[in-house]
Amino acid sequence: MKPAPFEYRRPGTIAEAVTALAGGTDSKVLAGGQSLVPLLSMRLAAPALLVDINAIPGLDTIEVEGEDGGVRVGALARHAAVLASPDVHRVQPLVPMALAHVAHATIRNRGTTVGSLVHADAAAEMPAVLALLGGSVEVEGPAGGRTIPADELFVGPLESSLAHDEIALSAYFPALAPGAGVAFDEIARRHGDYALVGAAALVDGDEVRVGYLSVADVPTVVDLSGVAEEELGDAALTHLEPGDDIHATAEYRAQLVRVLTTRVVRSAREHAQQSREGRR
Amino acid sequence: MTEELHDVRLSVNGTTYDTRVPARRLLSDALRHDLGLTGTHVGCEHGVCGACTILVDGEPMRSCLMFAVSAVDHELTTVEGLTNEDGSLSPVQQAFSECHGLQCGFCTPGFLTTITAGLRDNPTPTHEEARDMIAGNLCRCTGYQNIVKAVERAAELVELAELVETPAPEAGR
Ligand SMILES: Cc1cc2nc3c(=O)[nH]c(=O)nc-3n(C[C@H](O)[C@H](O)[C@H](O)COP(=O)(O)OP(=O)(O)OC[C@H]3O[C@@H](n4cnc5c(N)ncnc54)[C@H](O)[C@@H]3O)c2cc1C
Ligand code: FES
Ligand code: FES
Repeated sequence: MKPAPFEYRRPGTIAEAVTALAGGTDSKVLAGGQSLVPLLSMRLAAPALLVDINAIPGLDTIEVEGEDGGVRVGALARHAAVLASPDVHRVQPLVPMALAHVAHATIRNRGTTVGSLVHADAAAEMPAVLALLGGSVEVEGPAGGRTIPADELFVGPLESSLAHDEIALSAYFPALAPGAGVAFDEIARRHGDYALVGAAALVDGDEVRVGYLSVADVPTVVDLSGVAEEELGDAALTHLEPGDDIHATAEYRAQLVRVLTTRVVRSAREHAQQSREGRR
Repeated sequence: MTEELHDVRLSVNGTTYDTRVPARRLLSDALRHDLGLTGTHVGCEHGVCGACTILVDGEPMRSCLMFAVSAVDHELTTVEGLTNEDGSLSPVQQAFSECHGLQCGFCTPGFLTTITAGLRDNPTPTHEEARDMIAGNLCRCTGYQNIVKAVERAAELVELAELVETPAPEAGR
């Protein structure tokens, strides 16, 4: 099938893009199009207006900044560029660990990391990573700019808390604290496919937290600090209610949560150990 | 309802094409229907199969997931643009021919573009890397074994060509 007709604007500045969106409520931003174009082609979405932000200069940046020296990724930074960035690797290794699981290389050449966050797919890797790290998204709208923390960004299945006339300019991933460790793993039928379940872990001293994808309607972070290693999986499940769908039964998902939780916490501990040794 | 049309200038395989299309025209359809470059194939039209993969500024991308109106600032290369300047087969095309990397050929344009860029970035892939290079493309005929062989053979052909890099013949670069 083909997309239904829509009006198309390709503004050269953020201000023009915000103005273009300000009119009706039936408009959409077009970034990489790797999620939006399939939705349009299948006519699951038929917005009246598309505002293509690809001609706006200065949005493809990847910069280390902030009081904790985290990394800020612009709205036109493609997954592939973020994955290849030495700064991102150094500052927050969880980002590339997870990005390697996002789709296939060809999709990553066009899809954007910020687009993936705003798209808010609970089966996607980057929303779970942003939620676990406590990152944020910077948006611009008719009333000016604001920062949306990750725990306020994801509100439902494929729903983020951006207003229809707001554009996401960048996402901020906090840096990995000295001596802390991270890990990512997922089970998919085929590498590059959406995961049946995925998990990202952050271990910092006694603090242990795990973020999950494909388990609930929104990315979910569970605090597992102080839980013995052999009880991690069951402890996580007391906070989660994996569901059934055509890809997996709830029971199978629960088993994947058990297996992955243990696995990512263990590798995050090893990673923390390595980063402490590296510092000595 | 009359649909708004856009004048679009596309640069494909070094040639400039002017066309007039609605904003919803997928780049894959613009290439095939408006420009008559039917080498690019369309399978799933939602990014999964890879048949429509072309190079956008040298990087493989799905032409079914881009609009023609968004492709204006880019240099596009389709399968038609992969042959050597003298019209002979490129190393990747040659390797597909030698290794029987295709049966029906439907998926082939997407594999050829993807592998051309893949070998440029990694001219000496390991077996695992050769498999990984094609992981985003689907083929319903070959079982992939011969396609992986073709990746490895193409790498060999590129290496051989470099070894015998003698003064270029008149027809060469
Ligand atoms: C075959 C295939 C497999 C995939 N597999 C995975 C996978 O395993 N994991 C995964 O995470 N993703 C996967 N994806 C999706 C891919 O990562 C998308 O690129 C990404 O989710 C969306 O980014 P985009 O830039 O393409 O956004 P678009 O498709 O352009 O937009 C997606 C949505 O976000 C909105 N949006 C985008 N950018 C902005 C902005 N700056 N401001 C406001 N709104 C904005 C759009 O309006 C739209 O609603 C896959 C895609 C395909 C085609
Ligand atoms: S037709 Fe574009 S990926 Fe299948
Ligand atoms: S050769 Fe027939 S689909 Fe690949």
